[in-house]
Amino acid sequence: MSDFLFYAFATGSVLGAIMMVTRRNPVSAVILLVGVFFSVSGMFLMLDAHYIAAINVILYGGAIMVLFLFVIMLLNQGHATWNDMRGPATTLLAGSAGVAFLAVLSHRIADGTTYAPTVDQAGQALRAQAQEMGIIGMVARPLFTDYAIVLQVTGVLLLAAMVGTIVLARKRGG
Amino acid sequence: MSGAPFVVATAIKAIGAFTVLLLAVMLATYAERRIAGFIQDRSGPNRVGPIGLLQVIADGLKNILKEETLPAQAIKPFFFLAPILAILPATVLIAVVPFGAPVPTPWGLTELIVADASIGFLYVLAIGSIGVYAVALGGWASGSKYSLLGGLRGSAQMISYEVALALSLVPLILLTGDVRVPEIVSMQQSFEGGAAYGTWFVLPLFVGLFFFFVAGLAETNRLPFDMPEAESELITGYHTEYSAMKFSMFMIGEFAHVITVGALVTVFFLGGWDIPFWTGDDIRVLDNGVVVGEPSILISLLTLAAFTVKTGLVVGVFMWIRWTLPRFRYDQLMDLGWKFLLEAVTVYILVIALAILALEGLGLPRGGWYAAALFTINLVVAGILIGLADRKAWIRGGNVSARLTRAAEGGE
Repeated sequence: MSDFLFYAFATGSVLGAIMMVTRRNPVSAVILLVGVFFSVSGMFLMLDAHYIAAINVILYGGAIMVLFLFVIMLLNQGHATWNDMRGPATTLLAGSAGVAFLAVLSHRIADGTTYAPTVDQAGQALRAQAQEMGIIGMVARPLFTDYAIVLQVTGVLLLAAMVGTIVLARKRGG
Repeated sequence: MSGAPFVVATAIKAIGAFTVLLLAVMLATYAERRIAGFIQDRSGPNRVGPIGLLQVIADGLKNILKEETLPAQAIKPFFFLAPILAILPATVLIAVVPFGAPVPTPWGLTELIVADASIGFLYVLAIGSIGVYAVALGGWASGSKYSLLGGLRGSAQMISYEVALALSLVPLILLTGDVRVPEIVSMQQSFEGGAAYGTWFVLPLFVGLFFFFVAGLAETNRLPFDMPEAESELITGYHTEYSAMKFSMFMIGEFAHVITVGALVTVFFLGGWDIPFWTGDDIRVLDNGVVVGEPSILISLLTLAAFTVKTGLVVGVFMWIRWTLPRFRYDQLMDLGWKFLLEAVTVYILVIALAILALEGLGLPRGGWYAAALFTINLVVAGILIGLADRKAWIRGGNVSARLTRAAEGGE
């Protein structure tokens, strides 16, 4: 059963990602990407990382992709079909990066290492922590104790980005 | 209970919850029209069947038999996807809502909840956020300007209020320390041992209830927040081009969402299936399998009835509001969401967190006095919020635009 679910989610995410990249219509791409996020969340669920699964859907599936869709609808209404890949140099660069990534990946798979025990260990560790601190506590505790300063700095960085965006938008609007 | 009985029980509960929800949707469409009739001093549907109850079936038949139209400009796959996305999240949401006290069965004690998810109401937020796609895609794929405007408004509005909706539940986590929905219900009952509060959270968190209710109204696109379908401006907004059963699916989705939000308000703030002033229904299954209280089929039925009544009342308030308040203007709606609700909820979280810290510092045990102290703080917060908001200090109301118009005409 869990094998079947894993292959279903894995196929869903890989196929969805490939189709998302090859779509001409940006709205199709957005919807396919949402599908990918749901498949990935399914895999998180199978790893007993329930909180990550939920947050993945809430933030990426529910908020960020809706914003993408909103912007696409607002700007070009999803009918544009221009190609972002300009010139043979860009295509060559992107293509070779993809081939290199695929080569590394297939090398890692081909060298015969099985990752199943590692995944099992990770699941065991997660389950133990969930027992101890609760499903949210195990994310929240380290975030607000060990990584508190990093969290604050990230917040300030995001705030700066937001203020910068507003300033840039204001200037043009007059 | 585990293994095959668990699978069978879950399947029965899932099918049962789905069927009851759809029946409740039918009743809700009827109730809405009767309530509208009552408020507007007319009869409402009263011809088909006894007191008009069969009107719903007549409408359903009509919608099935009508022609499905496909606009020439429509983008086909998304045009078909949108109604499905409208109905799916609203019906799936009900899975984490507990309907009543655990029932004793020959195969062991069964909790009356489809899925006791460990992520609890995060599941509600996750699934609820998919509903936006129905509005956005429906509006965009119809290939009509009115639909597109409705879809754009809808997605902007739902993104804005989702933030407030999620934040308005933070005080609840602060009180309960748990996101599992059955746990939240048992926290509102009076168990021995200090973990439970013994009062419904409507008392210690009633400003939170107000925020959740307002954001819930906006999430379900009900008046006074029904900008996506504002019929006086956009015909019917994002579902203008839909006909027959596809239109019906949008409507079923909307009503199912209203009922689900009603159920969530009940579970989070009105004690869930708890019967007030009676400790006989204080039944829970602890994590180690120990059963507290004496479950029986009669108690389960009684709590089921209590849950139904409470949810019905909340849904009734939804309808009452719809036929009482006028619609917001779009800029007012955005101002309310971003410039009032978001800040107010954030400040409220801080106040409640500090209050809980202080109460725990004083060593007050959880119970009546604890709730009363928080209630007093809520009263103060509500007084400040309503006192300021009512003077239009934060929400730009009609007086501002009137002043602007007068200034533009050279009056001031």
